[in-house]
Amino acid sequence: MPDLASTRLAAHEMAARLRAGSVSSRELTEAHLAAAEAGNHALNAWLVIDRDAALAAAAAADARIAAARADGSAALAALHPLCGVPVGLKDLVTVSGGQCTAGSRILDGYVAPFDAHVTERLRDAGAVIAGKLNMDEFAMGSSTEHSAYGPTANPWDLERVPGGSSGGSAAAVAARHVPLAIGTDTGGSIRQPAALCGIVGLKPTYGRVSRYGIVAFASSLDQVGPLARDARDAALLLHAIAGRDRRDATSAPVPVPEELLALPASDDEAAASLRGVRLGLPREYFVAGMEPGVEARVRDAVAAFEAAGATIVDVSLPHTEYGLAAYYIVAPAEASANLARYDGVRYGHAVRGGDVLGSYLASRGTGFGPEVKRRIMLGTYALSAGYYDAYYLKAQKVRTLIKGDFDTAFAAGVDALVAPTSPFVAWPLGAKLADPVAMYLSDACTLPVNLAGLPGISVPCGLSDGLPVGLQLIGPAWSEARLLALARAYEGVTAGAPWRRLEPPGLVAIDPAGPTPARRAIALPGGHHR
Amino acid sequence: MSAPAARAAALERYEAVIGIEVHCQVRTASKMFCACAVPPPDAAPNTHTCPVCLALPGTLPTINRAAVEHVLTTGLAIGASVPPATRWDRKNYFYPDLPKGYQISQYDLPLAANGSLTVETSEGPVTIGITRAHLEEDTAKLIHAAAPDGRRVSLVDFNRAGVPLMEIVTEPDVRSAEQARRYAEELRLLLRAIDVSDAEMENGQLRVEANVSLRPRGTGPFGTRVEVKNMNSIRAVERAIDFEIERQAAALDGGEPLRQETRGWDDAAGATYVMRVKESSDDYRYFPEPDLPPLVIDAAWLAALRAALPELPAARRARYRALGLPAYDAAVLVNDEGMRVAFEAILAAGPGLPPKEVANLVTGDYGRALNETAERTASGLAGRADAASLAHVLGEVVAGRLSRANAKEVVAEHVVGGRPAAAVIAERGFAQISDADAVGRIVDAVLAANPAAVADVRAGRSQALGFLVGQAMKASRGQANAAVVQAAVRERLGRGGDG
Repeated sequence: MPDLASTRLAAHEMAARLRAGSVSSRELTEAHLAAAEAGNHALNAWLVIDRDAALAAAAAADARIAAARADGSAALAALHPLCGVPVGLKDLVTVSGGQCTAGSRILDGYVAPFDAHVTERLRDAGAVIAGKLNMDEFAMGSSTEHSAYGPTANPWDLERVPGGSSGGSAAAVAARHVPLAIGTDTGGSIRQPAALCGIVGLKPTYGRVSRYGIVAFASSLDQVGPLARDARDAALLLHAIAGRDRRDATSAPVPVPEELLALPASDDEAAASLRGVRLGLPREYFVAGMEPGVEARVRDAVAAFEAAGATIVDVSLPHTEYGLAAYYIVAPAEASANLARYDGVRYGHAVRGGDVLGSYLASRGTGFGPEVKRRIMLGTYALSAGYYDAYYLKAQKVRTLIKGDFDTAFAAGVDALVAPTSPFVAWPLGAKLADPVAMYLSDACTLPVNLAGLPGISVPCGLSDGLPVGLQLIGPAWSEARLLALARAYEGVTAGAPWRRLEPPGLVAIDPAGPTPARRAIALPGGHHR
Repeated sequence: MSAPAARAAALERYEAVIGIEVHCQVRTASKMFCACAVPPPDAAPNTHTCPVCLALPGTLPTINRAAVEHVLTTGLAIGASVPPATRWDRKNYFYPDLPKGYQISQYDLPLAANGSLTVETSEGPVTIGITRAHLEEDTAKLIHAAAPDGRRVSLVDFNRAGVPLMEIVTEPDVRSAEQARRYAEELRLLLRAIDVSDAEMENGQLRVEANVSLRPRGTGPFGTRVEVKNMNSIRAVERAIDFEIERQAAALDGGEPLRQETRGWDDAAGATYVMRVKESSDDYRYFPEPDLPPLVIDAAWLAALRAALPELPAARRARYRALGLPAYDAAVLVNDEGMRVAFEAILAAGPGLPPKEVANLVTGDYGRALNETAERTASGLAGRADAASLAHVLGEVVAGRLSRANAKEVVAEHVVGGRPAAAVIAERGFAQISDADAVGRIVDAVLAANPAAVADVRAGRSQALGFLVGQAMKASRGQANAAVVQAAVRERLGRGGDG
C-alpha cells in the first residue's frame, strides 16, 4: 500500500508541494485511491472509485505542471491550485461516459453522455476526479440512509449516520479519502453532513454555481458547493466551479472573487480580521429540541468570536418557525415535476407493465424508494387543483417573508449570522428512519437559507460526546468570500484548541473484513425499519 | 333534405358557438429551449435531438429569444396587450411523447392577451376576439407500428420535441363554419405577412382545433362542447364544423344527450369520429417554471418590434380599396405575396398608371407568367422581370400604342428573358399605329383593293365591315390600333355611303 501520509494534507498544501515538485499528482492520487479502496468497505462512501480515469487525469496534471514549470514561475502560478488534486463528486453530477445514479435504483445503469458544468470546470482546473459518492436518493434525506446502494457510515462512529444528503461526500473528505468533494445543498445537504462529519461545507448563493449537469431535486433551491477540511480548501474548490454558465438560465453573471485564492495562511492574521466585525445571533435558531452539547459548542464559538474582537448582536428572524413547513411544500412540489422524466421510456430502470400506465407504475413503483415516493406524493398533492393556493402559493409567500427577515438583519449592519448548523450531532443508523418528521427537523436551521437563496457555511466548532458539532455562518447574497474569511478567522482563533488535532477514530481502526454500514444498521436497534 | 338544406334548417333553430385554438410553429433556427436545429419535415427520426430536448438528468432549458419575439410581434399585430413581465409554467402530465413529464408553457401570464382579428365573410365583416397567444414547446411524435415479429410497438421520434409553438386561442365568438374558415385563412395570412411562421397546414406548422357547441337561438347558456381535431386543411376546418353543427343539431332534435368529448375529422369519410371522452377535467398542476427566471419585456424592446411590423393585410386591403380597386382585386393581391410585390413595384415605377389597370395586368398577364416560373428576382418579381419594363408595357397599352394581345406576349417574353420591354416591342414590331392619318392611308389602300367588300357594306351587309377591318389590321401587320382602324373604315364608307 502506498504511503498514506499525503492524505493528511490539505489541498492547498498539496498544491504547494506539486508546484515545488516534492510530490506528483500520481503519488497523491495513488495514496488517495488506496485510502478510499481500503476504507470504503466500512464506510460505503463511494459508489464508484474510478482508478483508471483518476490515474489518467493525474498523469495529465503532472504533464501540465511539468510544462508550466518549464515555462517559468508565471506559468506555474497561472495553474489553478487544484491542478493535480483529487476530488470526489456526489453521484448526481454528470461525468461523460460514467454512471449517474443520484442514489436511485431508477437510474441504475444509466450512463451520462455529457459532463456537468462543474465537471468541465474541474477538468479545466486540472483536478483529478476520483469517483462518485453516495447520497440520499435524489438528495432527499439527511442521513444518506435513503440511498438505493446502502447507507454510508460516519467516520467518527461507524454506527452513526454521516448526515445527508451529501453524506458520501462528507464521509470521504472526513476519512481522508479525498481532500475535497462536490456536494449539493437543497435544504442543508452540504452543511449538515459537513457538520456531522466535522468538516467544512459551503452552500453558495443561489445562482453562483451552474446547475447544468446536476440531477435536479428542487430547482429553485438546489445549489452545488464544496466540502473540504478547511476554509482555504473550500474557497479553492468554490473558485474552480463558480461563475456564469449560459446553459443554466438561473446562473448569475456575478464575477468570481479572486480573494477566494488568497485567504490568509497565518492563523494570527486571519484571527485579527475579526476586529470590528458585527455578527448577528438569531434567537429563533437556538430552539427547544437542540441538543445541549450542540448549543454549548456554538455558544463557545460565539464567545471566541467576541473575544477576538467581533461584536455580537441579537437579531430576530421572526418567520423562521414557518420555514420547515414552507420548504416541505416548495421542494416536493418542484421535485414532483423534476422526477416525472424518470418513466422508463428513454433510459434507466424500466419494467414492462402491459400498457403505458402499467409500465409507468411498474417502473416508477420499483425504481423509487419510499422517501422519494413520499415527496412526490406531497408535491403532487400541494400542486393539485383546489390546493395550490392554500399550499404552494402560501409557501411562496412565506418564502418571501423569510427572505425579508434576512434582508432586514443584514440591512441593520450585521456582516453575518452565527447559528448552529444541525440541532443534533450524528445519530445512530436507523434512529430516525421510521419518523420522517424527526429526520426533517435536522435541517430546521439550514433550510431557511435555501429558501432565501443565501450563502451559508458550516465549520467544525468542537465535539459533543466525541462527535463533531457544526457552526453555521450565513451571509448576504454573493458574500461567499466574506463567509470563508470569517470561517478562516475562526480557524485562526481556535488553532490551538485540542479538538482541532483530533481525527475520526475510524481512520485508525478500520477493519477491512468488518461489517458494512448496511450490516451495522441491521444489527442496531431500529434497524428493522429498513 | 340535402346537406346544405339540413344545415340551414339546423341553424334556424340553433346558434353555433365556436372557439378556435391554433397551434403555430414559429419560424426559428433552433428549438425553444436548446440549441438543436429545428428539423425539416423530412428529417430521419431522432436526428435532431440533444440531452436537453431528450430530458436527460441534469439538463436545463434556456430561452430562444427569436421565438419570444415572434409571439410578441403576433400580439402587436392582433392589437393584444403585452405584460411588462411574464414567466414560464410547467404543465404536468405523463405521456411517452413528453420527455420531461411536463411541458414548459405559459399559464396565467401569456405573452399576448385580449387581441382580435376582423375577417370579411359573405355576411359582412366579423370581429373575433383573441383571448391569448402564448409560447410553449412541441411534444415528440409517437409512431404506432408493427415490429418485425408482428408485435404492435410504439416508437417515439423526438425530433419535434421542443420545437417552439405559439398557441392562439379565440373567444367563443365564431358563429359559423364559414367564419371559422375565414378566421383560419386570415390568421394564416397575418402570420405569413409578419413573417413569424410559414404556417403550412400540410406540414403541421399550423394546427387548427375547434370547440363547437350549439344552443337554441335566443338562449344564453352554452351547450355541451365538442373539441374537433385533425383538420388538415382550411377547407377541412369548414367541412368539419359544418358536419359537427348538423350532427349536434340532429342529436339535440332527437333528444340524445351530447357528451363532452374530443372528435377527429376524417376527411375521406367527411365525418367526425370520437377520439376521447372527457370524464373529468384534467389537472395539469401548473406551477411557475423554476429553471427559467421571469422574462421582462421592456418598452424599448416592444417599441423596436412595433417599428419593425410591416403593413398588415387588413390595412393593405384598405389602402388598395382607397386606390380604387374592387374588394375582390384587393383581396387577391394581398393574399398572393408574388402579385402583391409586383403590384407595389409597378405602381412605384409608373406612378401615373391607373391602379386598376396595374391590378389587371398583375392578376392577368403577369400572374400567368408568375405561375409559369419558380424563378424570382432579388426584389421578388417573376423570372427576370423588372418593374420599369412592366410599367412601360402598361403605359404603352394605356396610351394606345400597344395592343392588349401584344402586351401579353411582351410580358411573357420579358419575364423569361429579362430584356427591356421597349426593346421587345420594337423588335417584335408591336408598336401600335394609332395616328389617324397613317391608319387612314392603310385603310384607303385596303378599300381600293377590295371593291366587292366595299359594295357589300354599302348594300348593308355588315359582316363585310369586319372583313375590311381585318384586312387593314393584316396590312399593318397587327400594329394598327384596331379601334382607330374601325373608326376609319366606318368614316370612309359612311361618307361615301347611303347616309
